[in-house]
Amino acid sequence: MKKTLLTTAIALASATGGISQAQAADLTISCGAVGAELTLCEEGIEAWEEKTGHEVDVVSTPNSSTERLSLYQQILSANSSDIDVMQIDVVWPGLLANHLLDLREVLGDDAAAGHFETIVTNNTIDDRLVAMPWFTDAGVLYYREDLLEKHGHDVPTTWQELTETAREIKQAEREAGNDRMQGYVFQGRAYEGLTVNALEWVASHGGGNVVEADGEVSINNAQAAEALDLAASWIGDISPNGVLNYTEEEARGVFQGGNAVFMRNWPYAWSLAQSDNSDVRDKVGVTQLPAGGEDGESAAGLGGWNLAVSRYTEKPELAADLVAFLTSEEEQKRRAIQASYNPTIDALYQDEEVLDAVPFFGTLYETFTNAVARPSAPTGDAYGRVSNAFFSASHEVLSGTKDGAQAVEDLENELLRLKRRNW
Amino acid sequence: MTTSHSSAPEGARSAALTARRSRGTKVRRQRVKAAWLFLTPMLIALALVAGWPLFRTFFLSFTDASLSDLGTANFIGFENYLVHDNGRWFGILADSVWWQSVWNTVYFSVVSVSLEVVFGVIVALILNAEFKGRTIVRAAVLIPWAIPTIVSAQMWAWMLNDQFGIINHMLMGIGVIDDPIAWTASATYSMWAVIMVDVWKTIPFVALLVLAALQMLPKDCYEAAEVDGIHPVRVFFKVTLPLITPALMVAVIFRLLDALRVFDVIYVLTSNSTSTMSMSVYARQQLVEFQDVGYGSAASTLLFLIIALATIAYIYAGRKQLQLGGDA
Repeated sequence: MKKTLLTTAIALASATGGISQAQAADLTISCGAVGAELTLCEEGIEAWEEKTGHEVDVVSTPNSSTERLSLYQQILSANSSDIDVMQIDVVWPGLLANHLLDLREVLGDDAAAGHFETIVTNNTIDDRLVAMPWFTDAGVLYYREDLLEKHGHDVPTTWQELTETAREIKQAEREAGNDRMQGYVFQGRAYEGLTVNALEWVASHGGGNVVEADGEVSINNAQAAEALDLAASWIGDISPNGVLNYTEEEARGVFQGGNAVFMRNWPYAWSLAQSDNSDVRDKVGVTQLPAGGEDGESAAGLGGWNLAVSRYTEKPELAADLVAFLTSEEEQKRRAIQASYNPTIDALYQDEEVLDAVPFFGTLYETFTNAVARPSAPTGDAYGRVSNAFFSASHEVLSGTKDGAQAVEDLENELLRLKRRNW
Repeated sequence: MTTSHSSAPEGARSAALTARRSRGTKVRRQRVKAAWLFLTPMLIALALVAGWPLFRTFFLSFTDASLSDLGTANFIGFENYLVHDNGRWFGILADSVWWQSVWNTVYFSVVSVSLEVVFGVIVALILNAEFKGRTIVRAAVLIPWAIPTIVSAQMWAWMLNDQFGIINHMLMGIGVIDDPIAWTASATYSMWAVIMVDVWKTIPFVALLVLAALQMLPKDCYEAAEVDGIHPVRVFFKVTLPLITPALMVAVIFRLLDALRVFDVIYVLTSNSTSTMSMSVYARQQLVEFQDVGYGSAASTLLFLIIALATIAYIYAGRKQLQLGGDA
């Protein structure tokens, strides 16, 4: 199997999406490379290759989902057949639908039977199933069981509790000589990940979902401002200043190196934190994200990835078959057990082997099924801009250039402008 | 054309001169023709690879083209630039992020080019001195310039990382700072981090051009200055600097044009953060991430105009200065 490493540099340079590679293989698939993603993807593909005798090239893409989307859009808008199967984010079906194949045409009407209904609906644009659910994602809170026990704290259930607990443990640990200890790490870089983080803060404080299902811009409210201000107070206190430039992997690096009490991340970090070379093996607990205040409730941002087939592929049947194989129950079970990727098939959440490997798939089942979606459905094509406006505003609050109230007011203006123009 | 001394009488001499002159114009005409002949392929190539895309960008900036479907673009006039609608202004010229990025670019350009010129001259003066192993040092100095920006920017991104970066490690080691600084993340430091990386990279370029000028300076001025016992600093400002000004002008204009369209170093170090966003980063974001080819082309067009104006102003000012300073 040949591998073409597609670095960000190439992604930036290939304005026409020209990825140079030998055209020997039958199919080309792009997989993510966050954590153990790429390895898992390759193993799954090898199994399919053995089964069918075809050859597949794997292309790895930038880790930042924002950059990945740009790359796909360049490739697809050039009508290029360079990549046949793409791993697409849960918020992209609306953006890319025109370029993607209707999988029901190839795989039959019950192609997505057994998968979570919400995701199937999300991936169905104008009655066309443009992507198969591969794994779902929801933000969860990782914590150091050993440190909470050592310093006599409970697992926090509100953001305020988390702030105080993190501060106390961080100070106590630093006094004990652990200079690099941080209280809380999350994804604070100005990119799609911050949109999810900030949505979790706002929604858990009862501040709505930025843009509601009917298209109403709801972000300008006191709870949203309060949520952002609280998050801004973490910077330089329980969170390092550098968190303003962290994506998932930077946050995991700090936590897995034993230098953070709490981390917000996706479930994939579980199996890596429990791996042999992890400094925090068997010291980690996973729970739902805190609620905002006494009357708030926990909100987990919905993430997840799907597999889609490009409309410009030369081998639609073969590509769809690969997608069906990779998203099948058997393959999803393997990915759940090996690397804690959430299945999109309901039955697997009652599977003993899966629950043994990843206990919180059972305890947090409600979290995964009730996750808060980003406002990609009501905003349609304009979602990229909406998300960008939201994460930029959040980033300004975090870096202290605006306060929460001012930021949500400006953001409302910006979103209303976008709405008038685009959705 | 030189006139040779001949002992021929006046009339014959003038006749010979006119003949020679007419022959000269003929030769000159042929030369001009030949010059155009040689230039034509280059002009055609330029029209194809630079002129046509530029023209297309101008054209697209007046449409509402989208990257997902370039075929269905409508002509919308100046709406991408500025339009008044329902009592509010829309368009790039009413977009605060655009103006922020213009300001960032200008700030970045002025500060980084100034620093590069100062340090470049210093480095060139050092390399101009006679010392052992000079050739090795000269070659070594070029390394930052030789590494592709995308690579060196990524190296710096790791070195500047707040948790495992070597820069913070060293600064904390010598006790300058107590807590690691997030160089590329905080709004306060990120612009300076970007400027520093750019300065580090392009000092060699400026130094190289200045060094070439220094190598050609006449030795006798310096010998005279030494005999007269004039202070070296004064010699530098009175003799060296005026003589290397033309080379510096070239270095500055090249650097300025590069800095005004800066993209890679900023994008790699700080991605789309508005505190460092340059005009090119803004244009790319509109074009690629938001799929808005019309709006993005309008941003690119404005960027082109700003750079063209800066170039014209600079060349004009340089000409004036040269005329005032006599022949150079």
